[in-house]
Amino acid sequence: MQRAVSARGSLRARGLFSPWFGDRVFRWTTLLFAACVLAIIALLAYLLLADSVPAMRAFSWRFLSGHSWDPVHDSFGALPFIYGTLVSSALALLVAVPISLGAALFLAELAPPWLRNPLSFLVELLAAVPSVVYGIWGIFVLVPFLRPVEAWLGTRLGFVPLFSGAPYGIGMMAAGLILAIMVLPIIAAVSRDVLRAVPVSQREAAYALGATRWEAIRGPVFRYARAGILGAVILGLGRALGETMAVTMVIGNTPAISASIFDPAYTMPSVLANEFMEATGKLHIAALMEIALLLFIVTIVINAIARLLIWSVARGAPAGVRE
Amino acid sequence: MSALAPIRPGLRHLRRKAANSTMWLVAGLCVLAAILPLGLVLYYVLAQGASGINLDFFTKLPKPVGEPGGGMANAIVGSLILVGLASLVGLPIGILGGIYLAEFGNSRFAWTIRFFADVLSGVPSIVVGIFIWAMVVVPTHRLSGMAGGAALGVMMIPTVMRTTEELVRLVPLSLREASLSLGATHWRTVFKVVLVAARGGVVTGVLLAVSRIAGEAAPLLLTAGSSPFWSTRIDQPMPSLPVQIFTYAIQPYDDWHRQAWAAALVLVSLVFVLSVAARYATRGRFRMLR
Repeated sequence: MQRAVSARGSLRARGLFSPWFGDRVFRWTTLLFAACVLAIIALLAYLLLADSVPAMRAFSWRFLSGHSWDPVHDSFGALPFIYGTLVSSALALLVAVPISLGAALFLAELAPPWLRNPLSFLVELLAAVPSVVYGIWGIFVLVPFLRPVEAWLGTRLGFVPLFSGAPYGIGMMAAGLILAIMVLPIIAAVSRDVLRAVPVSQREAAYALGATRWEAIRGPVFRYARAGILGAVILGLGRALGETMAVTMVIGNTPAISASIFDPAYTMPSVLANEFMEATGKLHIAALMEIALLLFIVTIVINAIARLLIWSVARGAPAGVRE
Repeated sequence: MSALAPIRPGLRHLRRKAANSTMWLVAGLCVLAAILPLGLVLYYVLAQGASGINLDFFTKLPKPVGEPGGGMANAIVGSLILVGLASLVGLPIGILGGIYLAEFGNSRFAWTIRFFADVLSGVPSIVVGIFIWAMVVVPTHRLSGMAGGAALGVMMIPTVMRTTEELVRLVPLSLREASLSLGATHWRTVFKVVLVAARGGVVTGVLLAVSRIAGEAAPLLLTAGSSPFWSTRIDQPMPSLPVQIFTYAIQPYDDWHRQAWAAALVLVSLVFVLSVAARYATRGRFRMLR
């Protein structure tokens, strides 16, 4: 080490006994640990890619459009899982986005100061409840509650394919609602931070023109924050796509594509959780690996977009203007 | 405009005020709607779980199907071991990496790390489980506590790293300058002055990360597995509370459901205590950024 170091600079200043030698060790040690993050991501991508090669060879693009999932005959198509993941996440966002934006607005702008911190803390606790606890609550509370609701909707709106199907309780609707509860605190917390990063001057300019509070928010504040809020929503979408346990417990785990949101379905994370340990066939494992790879790529892209959007608002703001 | 000024602006003013109050109300209702599920989940976890909590739950092993009674002592111990193992993996990388980002964080390389740390926090936990399965379980040919700890450890890294970074950055410059002016080197300043001042923040990051991973079941299904017996060897499958809740909840036995609710109660209490402690650790020291 000493030789390598002294070869590059003067012996006296950079030797082992120099007081700055420790600083160099410090810098490179911490760098090494920080770089572990890159190593993990790279290894993750490599392993998923390498292990899914057999499935890619066997099915190529048909893997994405195939309907049948049959481990016995080694025939694998991931479309039902992709469909289930997308639809359950879309349902979740449909429910969660308006509520969480309203909540973020309240927490960032409207709530009286004494209420702000306790409410924010409650929303954070909502994010802290483990997925599996939402799952057990979903099975024993939400699903029995949904059965009569679905039956009622079915008799009133049964002519729409969306609400046809038998009211099992378990199925896409339950999964969408559980996901909505789980992504709500994420979207609310991030958009609250984004709203707070909007410079006070934006608001004051609107007030000076005679705007009411809501008018100031609707116009300048939302316009300034909209990229960041979109980022928050996309971040929530990323969470919904990858959520495993709670969805697995309420969605019914049936690889079928149905127009009705009452019917059981299956998602990509759920099939990984259910089948990965039982998979013995080489092709079966490779097919599951390819699903994991898809999930990984999608969540990476989504998170990257979300972070860039959020950074564009929350980091671009001048320091010291937070409310 | 000027002729009607006394009347029409008044009406419009009323309408605008009404819109303002309506939105205030709607936003308030949204907060209630957001918090309602928390109340419902907590109520049911308490109501259903309390009856399953007794001494046996904390001290006995699970009984085979059909025999009532038994507890989850092995899963509780297993969860603690797994969190400990995860800390061995996650804390050094998270804390030292966070110090790097705070101290040398303006390079392009540091921004890359920051970005990928955020990306890593968004990778689904089940995918992390599969990664560790391929890394650890396949070469060693068995599910093990070691693998479970590694999976949870990877999931801790982003939280610990980013909180450490943020809080180390908040240490006032004057403290560093005082240390440096006394002749201390950079690394001594960081370890003896900056980290001491920021310890509350580092503790917050660690507690938040632990509370996040303590409830994770998905990656453990593929790495630590489960076991109905005492398991303290880290090269053997290791039971944990979240996995036990999942296995018990999806089986059709009432006694198992009761125990699953009890385990959920224990888990939720643990996670909430950690969250509150995480808030308390930084209280009054520095204002947290969020």
